[in-house]
Amino acid sequence: MSVLDVQGLRVSYDSRAGRREVVHGVDVSVGEGAVVALVGESGSGKSTTAHALIGLLPEGGRVDGGSIALGGVDITGWSQQRLRAVRGAQVGLVPQDPVSSLDPVRPIGVQVGEVLRLHGVRSAAVRRARVLELLERVGLDDPALRARQYPHELSGGMRQRVLIATAIALRPRLIIADEPTSALDVTVQRRILDLIDDLRREEGTSVLLVTHDLGVAADRAQRIVVLNQGRVVEQGPSAGILSSPADVYTRQLLADAPALAVGDFRRPAPALFLRDAAAAAAENPYVIVADGLVKEFAVHGRGREPFRAVDDVSFQVRRGTTHALVGESGSGKTTTARLVTRFLQPDAGRIELVGSSGELADIGGLRGEGLRRLRRRIQLVYQNPFSSLDPRQNVAQIVAEPLHNFREGTRAERSARAAELLDRVALPADLLERTPRELSGGQRQRVAIARALAIRPDVVVLDEAVSALDVTVQARILELLESLQQELGLTYLFISHDLAVVRRISHTVSVMRRGRVVEAGSTEDIFTSPAHEYTRELLAAVPGRSEVAA
Amino acid sequence: MTLPQAHAPILEDGTDAAAAVGGGDDARVRGEARDEAAVTVVDPIARDAGAADGLPERRFSAARLFARGRRPSWALLVAVAVIVIAVLWAVVPWLFTSYDPIVGVPAEKLLPPSAAHWFGTDAIGRDLYARVVYGAIHSLSGALIAVTVGLAAGTVIGVLAGSIGGWLDDVLMRLVDVLLSIPGLLLMLSVIILLGFGTVNAAIAVGVVSIASFARLSRSEVVRVRRTDYVEAAFGSGGTFAAVLGRHVLPNSLTAVVGLAALQFGSAILAISTLGFLGYGAPPPTPEWGLLIAEGRNYVATAWWLTTLPGLVVLVVVLSANRISQSIGRGTR
Repeated sequence: MSVLDVQGLRVSYDSRAGRREVVHGVDVSVGEGAVVALVGESGSGKSTTAHALIGLLPEGGRVDGGSIALGGVDITGWSQQRLRAVRGAQVGLVPQDPVSSLDPVRPIGVQVGEVLRLHGVRSAAVRRARVLELLERVGLDDPALRARQYPHELSGGMRQRVLIATAIALRPRLIIADEPTSALDVTVQRRILDLIDDLRREEGTSVLLVTHDLGVAADRAQRIVVLNQGRVVEQGPSAGILSSPADVYTRQLLADAPALAVGDFRRPAPALFLRDAAAAAAENPYVIVADGLVKEFAVHGRGREPFRAVDDVSFQVRRGTTHALVGESGSGKTTTARLVTRFLQPDAGRIELVGSSGELADIGGLRGEGLRRLRRRIQLVYQNPFSSLDPRQNVAQIVAEPLHNFREGTRAERSARAAELLDRVALPADLLERTPRELSGGQRQRVAIARALAIRPDVVVLDEAVSALDVTVQARILELLESLQQELGLTYLFISHDLAVVRRISHTVSVMRRGRVVEAGSTEDIFTSPAHEYTRELLAAVPGRSEVAA
Repeated sequence: MTLPQAHAPILEDGTDAAAAVGGGDDARVRGEARDEAAVTVVDPIARDAGAADGLPERRFSAARLFARGRRPSWALLVAVAVIVIAVLWAVVPWLFTSYDPIVGVPAEKLLPPSAAHWFGTDAIGRDLYARVVYGAIHSLSGALIAVTVGLAAGTVIGVLAGSIGGWLDDVLMRLVDVLLSIPGLLLMLSVIILLGFGTVNAAIAVGVVSIASFARLSRSEVVRVRRTDYVEAAFGSGGTFAAVLGRHVLPNSLTAVVGLAALQFGSAILAISTLGFLGYGAPPPTPEWGLLIAEGRNYVATAWWLTTLPGLVVLVVVLSANRISQSIGRGTR
């Protein structure tokens, strides 16, 4: 018998134009002790479906049809009060964002204990004992200490463990995990998914895993349900879906999933130098040379050692190639990017960038007007396209801003160039008059790229530029970046935590850990024969790789 | 998510334009444009929350004050109507009453409200409604001056402190702290004693007191906006300090300040009335609202309308200004 059986679920939301259906008849069933993955892009209705199951739709949401059976009991149309007895006890929910899902002003132990209290465990001593047991169960060291700590004292992975402890507190038969690892580093992600796997094996709990990452689904789920625009387009055993996808959309998702891609490695093209040896000799092949970069941040409190975010980092990037800086959060990769773009001043070491004459020149000490002129040659694209564009400007103003700043051309020429750039990044011209708010995430990132290209820089630094995007949009942006590189001869410094994406776009890689480069080399070498243990660990943590290898 | 009908042209245009540039990469670029057009809807958060397909309305238009939500808020409509009427009183008072606000008819003294005299008459037979209507210009222009003084001086201090930072920030904000630590009424009275009595001076005094809160708010908004990615990106694209301040920081930080200005407009009316009541504002027989209430208090036992009705007018206008301020404030979130 299945733990969860959903038939023809339809959900609609209130909108100004009347009710709008976003889930159109979804069927899902989760067997005893099984992991079923609900896969789709944002807007596909996967989170809505998961929340509808336990009556936790946001305001304006309503289940219009279909039936939801939990362990054979039909709970369709139950009141919130009756559902309250089901939530926690029968179904545990692991929410998406471990940062905002815990109350910042209450200790961890109290928050985990609350679910016990709500479900009738009156004795404080019993609750406390069970909380400690749960915290230990989810792999937190020193549970007694952790129970007294506040969420801000824990790392993202630890907070997600706390949320899992809350979800399993009453030994539910089903855990709904809504993107449980999307906000986490790849190695942490693996440990959290391992934990969910262990719990499933040992307690026989079933798991409904909601994810946008086909790699995660492939690794962890026995069955995959692919959702697109509120409909199930395909479902079946994981292996079957991965090896022979029947639906066009599934095939597209598979092709775009960076983790599952097995394309060729990009190699630095030697053609330029072979073609014209004299030109190669005249021209320094390196565009960026960083040598022994150090950046320290003062730590509050007297007598404390300053925190060394970047510690003796060196790398070189050849013209027209992509160099990736890879590492987990806290590895110093973003600080390095900000040193190279000179938003930060290095404490030691040299950064050299090719100037207009083709000579390498130190840019570490630039200030004022010299620093401003540097922006002509190097541009930064930010991770979050929702915060990097001024909400009050329209697209034309945003794209033309660098030209405006450097007083290039007349007003008419600038707007013509903006239109041309928009074309360049494959956006329709009628977006020029729109504000960023009216654009999707992928479109915004294209606008940000267009802005970076406006003054024809030599180098573009991409700081996690595709990490916030859906996998299909991500694939399109990566294709765009590749074609721009080929046509304009751009050099990229690509900052990412996502090895699968790095494998796809970069020619050379530096792996960073705790502010240091632990390994550097061509992408092919790093991925096929990693020398450092940490690189191996990172590679092993990439979801979906095991399936590909097998 | 279905492709909204309104976007079909975008799809075609986009495809054509992309194909024209794409050259050898035709097919792929075509695919890109289609993919992007298909997700041109609303921001994902709104989309996940089930917002309507199609373009969200523009953020800062006046029409949006009413367009937001499923139905227009009647309270907001009433508030705007009240402010419009008060402004009309100030601009064209003769359209609202045929009585003279200064010269009374002694035979008709202390009449209670009636069809002929809506708000009754005062001790020397002047129509109270006429006095309230003609008094609007004094109270509203006073409030306007007060808000202008507070907004201009406070914003300049706040923006300088927030954008330049460092020791200037410390010095300016400590000055603001000093201003905030003096009770408002005491500060107002001190300023009036320095400047002399009168409507305009009373208004300036009220404005000086509000400088501190404007400075505080604009500084915090500027500091918030200065930390955003798009401001850094503007510096990154070669913007000078002044250009970035004018183009990005100010437009994005002033919405909340405008909300505070509307709120201050209400409290300035109240403060000016307070000063008028205490005799520091306009001299009699000027029909200033605070003065009206002050003059009526001798008759509270026998002629309640002399204090109550002008008091209610002040109350309604202040509440309306607060309601409008609230919706401006909400618009910034």
